[in-house]
Amino acid sequence: IHLSRRSHCMRGQIATGPGLSGSSWSTELFPDFVKIVEVGPRDGLQNEKEMVPTEIKIQLIDMLSQTGLSVIEATSFVSSKWVVQMADHNEVLTGINKSPHVRYPVLTPNIQGFQAAVEAGAAEVAVFGSASETFSRKNINCSVEESMQRFEQVICAARQACIPVRGYVSCALGCPYEGQVHPAQVTKVAKRLHELGCYEVSLGDTTGMGTAGSMAAMLRAVMAEVPIHALAVHCHDTYGQALANILTALQMGVSVVDSSVAGLGGCPYAEGASGNVSTEDVVYMLHGLGIQTGVDLAKVIEAGDFICRALKRPTNSKVSQATSRSQPSFNMCE
Amino acid sequence: MAAGLVRMVCGSFGPGPGPRGVALSSSTAAVAKAVSLSGLKPLPEKVKIVEVGPRDGLQNEKTIVPADVKIRLIDMLSEAGLPVIEATSFVSPKWVPQMADQEEVMRGIHRKPGVSYPVLTPNLKGYRAAVKAGAMEVAIFGAASELFSKRNINCSVEESLQRFEEVMSAAREEKVPVRGYVSCVLGCPYEGSVSPSRVAEVAQRLYSMGCYEVSLGDTVGMGTPGGMAAMLEAVMREVPVHALAVHCHDTYGQALANILVALQNGVSVVDASVAGLGGCPYAQGASGNVATEDVVYMLHGLSIHTGVDLPKLMDAGSYICRSLNRRTSSKVAQASCKL
Repeated sequence: IHLSRRSHCMRGQIATGPGLSGSSWSTELFPDFVKIVEVGPRDGLQNEKEMVPTEIKIQLIDMLSQTGLSVIEATSFVSSKWVVQMADHNEVLTGINKSPHVRYPVLTPNIQGFQAAVEAGAAEVAVFGSASETFSRKNINCSVEESMQRFEQVICAARQACIPVRGYVSCALGCPYEGQVHPAQVTKVAKRLHELGCYEVSLGDTTGMGTAGSMAAMLRAVMAEVPIHALAVHCHDTYGQALANILTALQMGVSVVDSSVAGLGGCPYAEGASGNVSTEDVVYMLHGLGIQTGVDLAKVIEAGDFICRALKRPTNSKVSQATSRSQPSFNMCE
Repeated sequence: MAAGLVRMVCGSFGPGPGPRGVALSSSTAAVAKAVSLSGLKPLPEKVKIVEVGPRDGLQNEKTIVPADVKIRLIDMLSEAGLPVIEATSFVSPKWVPQMADQEEVMRGIHRKPGVSYPVLTPNLKGYRAAVKAGAMEVAIFGAASELFSKRNINCSVEESLQRFEEVMSAAREEKVPVRGYVSCVLGCPYEGSVSPSRVAEVAQRLYSMGCYEVSLGDTVGMGTPGGMAAMLEAVMREVPVHALAVHCHDTYGQALANILVALQNGVSVVDASVAGLGGCPYAQGASGNVATEDVVYMLHGLSIHTGVDLPKLMDAGSYICRSLNRRTSSKVAQASCKL
């Protein structure tokens, strides 16, 4: 790969660092394939200040559908009273060009949301639990136990409709209100979601405060109760720890990673701080490790560029920053 | 420990959240002694951080800061508990105007006992000037890539090693320790991929000529954990791991993951730059050095001892960013900043 002087990686020929050179360290420790769950259009856009029109959301999802990503979280069927950015959930879900190779899960916090989602054509849904009581109360106005009961309703209805359900556990490595979260708390909730019928449980470092140490401890506890193939990690990069945490999870056998194109979605708990880890940066690392993802990095970068122009903000992806030849100026008045 | 309290491991920090409401990671008892992650080699109990912000950082910033600001920065970093702070560079100001005040900086800093203040010396002339200005440790910079060597310092790798021999001889006589750097260990902006064996060759030369430590630099930040492991495997056949350090750039966001892998392979010296000072000169607008704050945050979360006081380090970072009129590149600092 020829590297130019000014930008040492050309778009479309993204270097992913030197190959493995047959290093036994790498081949023994990592999964051959990692599934990326792209959460940009939902988790990302939901946490952006700038509201994005429906057609932009649809275009973003359509672009992502062409990148090789196999799961793209499309929208959220919560009341627009609470999450105004997702008010156009019906239009988005019915407007996207669904690729046969991609699944488009949507968030459904309760049975009403689930029913609306199914009516709009949802073929997969997701429910969000929390490992922290305080977070549960502040975020969705009910205790963890109450939320589990709501999810049970959703999962039952989903089972009847043969719709798979993914579970999320927030605050898996710490809570903005409670601080430290014990791995046993995470295990309890993860196990419950799995036993209720979630095919996969994504463990979220909601505040990004986790480190490789706390990730390892938490996963060790959860893996004792939930099979590893049913686990995913959803890391936030608020403290710059996301890739190291993901690496740790991979070394422990996790093979599903959530991420957000362009690192969309700031952290609502620390103003100005970043939130979701960037899909581009994750894919770069995985490919550099020789791990297959099926994802075309250059196309993800393009989708990221597109949404950042629409949001009038620079990308949070370092790979994208490093490979872009010309930096669009976001300081100009338009 | 009461619920709601987050304890900072290995810092001079009391219970409770830190200043400015910093939520700091806390390792659980299960990982208390930084034991191995999933059956890998145990992580080191201690890591020495080599702070390169005042030199590598400031050298690569567009804004030139006056000597008194540099001195204040270095003094603040000394107070933050960093054991090694690269203070300045004795290269010709023709090439590196940011470091033109090298003598003033060396004379002006308050040297904390137990802390080293190495300076860069690309040749014998620079070495002599450094020693005259009071330097007690120096550093020399080799490259694993021929093209990079030619473009960066106008000579081949072999020629540069010969220049360094001169520095080494003089330093040996005067009992001045010398640290060696190898650039482009995980890729070169001109050559592309760099073979681990080439890196090993240069590292071995620097070590055998007398460098007490060799810092392996991912100059363009393009390396990923697999490449880091392969490179280290090759180098460790030639240089003992206790004499190795990693100098990772975060241009592609890979630095902390690469550092983690280095630790898993036995490396216990990590270079970093306060506030992530020093952009990448090869990709406009991209980041460069990994931020010391982010590294320390990770290490403390792994129960690894660094001796660094993270809040004081963050103070130093805020100070230099204000002086440079730029935003910090440290995510830990950004997360803690309530705008």
